[in-house]
Amino acid sequence: MTEWFQSTWMGPALGWFVSTTILILMIALPLMLAVAMIIYADRKIWAAMALRRGPNVVGPLGLLQSFADGLKVMLQETIIPSAANRGLFLLAPIITFTVALIVWAVIPFGEGMVLADINVGLLYLLAASSLGVYGVIISGWASNSKYPFYSALRAAAQMVSYEVSIGFVLISVVLWADSFNLSTIVLAQQAHVFGFLNGFGFNPLLFPMAVVFLISALAETARAPFDLTEAESELVAGYQTEYSSMSFALFWLGEYANVLLMCALNAILFWGGWLPPVDWAPLYAVPGIIWFFAKILIFFFVFSWIKATVPRYRYDQLMRLGWKIFLPISLIWVFLVSGYLMLTRYGA
Amino acid sequence: MIQAFAFYLFAAVVILSGALTVLSRNPVHSVLWLILAFFNAAGLMVLVGAEFIAMLLVIVYVGAVAVLFLFVVMMLDIDFAELRSGFVRYGFFGLLVALVLAAEMIIAGGAWSAGSLELSQRAAPTSGDLPNIEAMGALIYSKYLYIFEAAGLVLLVAMIGAIVLTHRERKDVRPQNISDQVRRRPQDAVRNVVQPVGQGVEL
Repeated sequence: MTEWFQSTWMGPALGWFVSTTILILMIALPLMLAVAMIIYADRKIWAAMALRRGPNVVGPLGLLQSFADGLKVMLQETIIPSAANRGLFLLAPIITFTVALIVWAVIPFGEGMVLADINVGLLYLLAASSLGVYGVIISGWASNSKYPFYSALRAAAQMVSYEVSIGFVLISVVLWADSFNLSTIVLAQQAHVFGFLNGFGFNPLLFPMAVVFLISALAETARAPFDLTEAESELVAGYQTEYSSMSFALFWLGEYANVLLMCALNAILFWGGWLPPVDWAPLYAVPGIIWFFAKILIFFFVFSWIKATVPRYRYDQLMRLGWKIFLPISLIWVFLVSGYLMLTRYGA
Repeated sequence: MIQAFAFYLFAAVVILSGALTVLSRNPVHSVLWLILAFFNAAGLMVLVGAEFIAMLLVIVYVGAVAVLFLFVVMMLDIDFAELRSGFVRYGFFGLLVALVLAAEMIIAGGAWSAGSLELSQRAAPTSGDLPNIEAMGALIYSKYLYIFEAAGLVLLVAMIGAIVLTHRERKDVRPQNISDQVRRRPQDAVRNVVQPVGQGVEL
């Protein structure tokens, strides 16, 4: 597409700019639509597990509920508390939302279907997702209110803690795939186990890492049972307490976009991304992007399922899990994986 | 053209946010300006083709070190009058440090333009199509292996030192032992007794 635009009257520079902008919109707009639908799905799944109906009034089966909510928040007044630090108060939701969008630049949706095919893709993801914590911290501090402030402190410690174990999990995947590029990581999973199962998750040596990653992803996105940053029984609504209208909606959208990203990462790193689960020719007739979306949806269902069934952790238990259990396990696993690869792939 | 534009943009933002880090009255704003400076410095690294260093800068400094900075600074009880009172007293030393830094930067710049030790290697960090993770790995794990391991050891010692210094055993709290809790069975905790009326229970 870039070449086509560059061959028209626009020339190389403008053509590149226009085509990249269109590609960005092709990712960002469907992502926003997906976030709206996934919020609806989340509420429906949660309701079904609690034997309720969930949203069922707006549109057929309540499908338009998220759009109605979106319209509602857009028409509301943006209230800025008088004691708040104005500039930073408004900056925080923008940071959260922007960071939640920019990480999608390196996600491969199919063979070659990626906006930025950079060779440090995984590091870019880690870097961008580590920026996400600033939205929460800044909002907590700038609100000048005690509940958001507690929430910001919790979020800072929680996200930094779980990034450590996520880092080690990524290292073991990278060691096996021999690359930081996400497309290469997906292709390395083709026929990975017994010559026909696509996915590092089927590998007994990497499966524990897939589990650690799934749980760390819950903690990283502050989803239940690790949603201590917005524990309503203690902190009202956490860092979002003072926010209203669109500034609240940006947090909301950013949060769900991050949840979708973590589901996508689970699919890419451990369950073969756009590849079908089994390396069997007829399955490749289904477009890769459908396999990828199906995997994202399965993981999203798991996220909702956990939210509906598991009680919230206590803060010291959360820290214990991160530092005393996941960190040693993932560290030992990096050692095991690199030792195994050293023996089999590179010779003793 | 776009490269030059990007360079001047990143460089200007680095310098501006660096200056604002020093000039901001509110320490939290200072840390946030510092983070912006880190971030734009990472942009400069990408421009010279060192994308691995750029990502590390963002992950380590922006994503972890600065978060902890912010964490500490946010909890300070800031008294602005108090903050500015020592200006004259520390002003002289501040000026001295600034002069030393400026002199060192001028000397470094002069040495650079006079032609450095290995002219051929200073332009491009890696040769063209080799990803710079691989280039660095090949260098660190072969030529500089012992220095690299020594650096790791120093960090390990520093880490253990920090843990030893800050660790304190508290006798007045009862820590939760999760494996004890999981191992506990109903028959260890509950006893059913049929007790005649008028007699106490033996505990």
